[in-house]
Amino acid sequence: MKDGLGSVQSIAVFGGTSDIGLAIVERLARAGRLQRLVLVGRDAQALAVEQKRFSVVPEVEVVGGFDAARPDTHDDTVDAVFAGGDVDVAIFAFGLLGDQATAEADPEHALEIGAVNYAGVVSVGVRLADRIKQQGHGTIVVLSSVAAERARRSNFVYGSAKAGADAFALGLAEQVRPYGGHVLVVRPGFVRTRMTQGVKEAPFATEAAVVAEEVERGLRHGAAVVWAPGFLRYVMAVLRHLPRAVFCRLPQ
Amino acid sequence: MAAETRRLLSGWGRTAPTAAKVVEPIDDHEVEWRVGGGADRRGVIARGLGRSYNDAAQNAGGLVLDLTRLRTIEHFDADTGVVDASSSISVEDLLQLFLPRGWFPPVTPGTRFVTLGGSVAADVHGKNHHHDGSFMDHVRSLRMTTPADGTTKVEAGDDLFWATAGGMGLTGVVNQVKLQLRRVETAWMRVDTERATDLDDVLGRMEEGDAKYEYSVAWIDCLARGPRLGRAVLTRGQHATAAELPPLERNEPFTLPPTIELAAPPWVPAGLLNKATVRTFNELWFRRAPKHERERIVAYPSFFYPLDGVEGWNRLYGKRGFVQYQAVVPLAATGTLRSMIERLGREGTASFLSVLKRFGPGNRGMLSFPTEGWTLALDIPVSGHDLRPMLDQLDRMVVDAGGRVYVAKDSRVDPGLLRAMYPRLDEWKAVQATADPDGVMQSDLGRRLGLVRR
Repeated sequence: MKDGLGSVQSIAVFGGTSDIGLAIVERLARAGRLQRLVLVGRDAQALAVEQKRFSVVPEVEVVGGFDAARPDTHDDTVDAVFAGGDVDVAIFAFGLLGDQATAEADPEHALEIGAVNYAGVVSVGVRLADRIKQQGHGTIVVLSSVAAERARRSNFVYGSAKAGADAFALGLAEQVRPYGGHVLVVRPGFVRTRMTQGVKEAPFATEAAVVAEEVERGLRHGAAVVWAPGFLRYVMAVLRHLPRAVFCRLPQ
Repeated sequence: MAAETRRLLSGWGRTAPTAAKVVEPIDDHEVEWRVGGGADRRGVIARGLGRSYNDAAQNAGGLVLDLTRLRTIEHFDADTGVVDASSSISVEDLLQLFLPRGWFPPVTPGTRFVTLGGSVAADVHGKNHHHDGSFMDHVRSLRMTTPADGTTKVEAGDDLFWATAGGMGLTGVVNQVKLQLRRVETAWMRVDTERATDLDDVLGRMEEGDAKYEYSVAWIDCLARGPRLGRAVLTRGQHATAAELPPLERNEPFTLPPTIELAAPPWVPAGLLNKATVRTFNELWFRRAPKHERERIVAYPSFFYPLDGVEGWNRLYGKRGFVQYQAVVPLAATGTLRSMIERLGREGTASFLSVLKRFGPGNRGMLSFPTEGWTLALDIPVSGHDLRPMLDQLDRMVVDAGGRVYVAKDSRVDPGLLRAMYPRLDEWKAVQATADPDGVMQSDLGRRLGLVRR
């Protein structure tokens, strides 16, 4: 259970090898109350490598065989995650940055970006909302992106999928609220991680630890949306309202 | 069979709300049915007036029995003052019904809006602990519904009785409480007030003088530092006898003048109670108190329940709510007490109401909180400031000194420390498992602290 000051006892990370997801776990574990961690992902072996980082947590489980783009894997995954008890926080950390140029030429690749970043969130999200309803409490952390607020020329396939997931998560928050549930939407800027290695950095690039910091505070305060770094909230408030003609002329 | 409605529940501290199906059983048979198998795997817990600060009377995803409809006095013996009442009868009810006949609750916490069931579940204590012990010391027997045995009578002395004392409702539902009330001649208190200049001063005064008083408590200024660290206002008193009242009141010793009921506004800014406002309040409170005043006659509510005069006072802490922290350390551990107050003073937050009291010896309750020593109780608003590191440090100081925190008020202690704080925890778990072999009794607190099986 989450305690009176927001410390949690059980976490499940969907996309259990994600640098940001794991940074959030590390940050939340600092409160010293984490009892159970479930790392969920495609490759059980890759998850087992990450598992070693959390030797201080009494129970760490690995659930392999989860593919965000394949909804037929989602029922078994969610069952396995909840078999060990309640989940206080579920982190949706899976994502596919993809390659914009490839996506522009290859509809399959463009659809795959949509399948992971949008359809995957919807499919797991609906299932988790039902679990929250059953257990009467629980938080979902959805890793969105500032690209969800305003996609650029250079990343609009990814951005459009994130925009869908972001809108879905905001609605899901309303759905689960009467059941004691909470959804936190996280909108990071460019984060230096394994996923973005070799990708040209956008302005205000940041680190996974900074995202984790914002998530931790957001959870404690019951926030609906957090940005990382925090000041992007104000940057995006401006960018969101820039006329299209002006926005298009900004360096993309 | 009463209908189930889904509701978000939280404790008086208004932190960590969860959703449960709330049902108001129509009679004891329904309670028996709900506890005996009418609950799903998310289990069941009883809830009274919701004054527990934490998640004790919440059961996320499960069933919460609101017993407030079942409110009867089964029996009252006017000669002995023994009352047999439903568990949802409150201390306020007892005062309304029996004070005019010269009987007072034997133990009362700082609010009268607590039920007898809740008083059992937390084995509550009051300002008279050094003199009269805690609530369960005055309970003759209980009628309880447990998942294993249905509705049964539990006598003082039974293992189940002492597991239910402070057992946070997890041994079963308490239906009825047979309680010994205390004889009084009036509804008034005879009170002595004195200011203590520092911690040693207040501890010394309590050690020396508490035995002369039935009730004793000190309000302590946790923001005072240096030579004034631990300065306090010590208030001690007795029930006034009829002879001690002024002539006018003597004729009707149980009639009190009407009081003005205040209510907190429905919304207050989050930072209303901050270090600056609390520091100012503390200064005024300390200076307002007489240096030494003897035998002032005051009405019992202002002595016992100063906060009950402000309805919904918990809202003054803003929408993030507040946490209570109460711990007890052995009498010899005055150094720990000092370190704790120093640590609090250094923190960028303020405890609005800090109370210090000297407990007498504890009872046989396996999870009862009071043990002989000094107990410090704090209300701390939850703000942007992260309180967790400081409270974890306080926990460690308390455990190192051989003390414990009060489970009924706590909403964040490390479950791993519970065994050190409550050495009889395993004994309690064994009795609990006998009364509830299938883990029907469940609460958020039980899950959080690992008191129930998941």
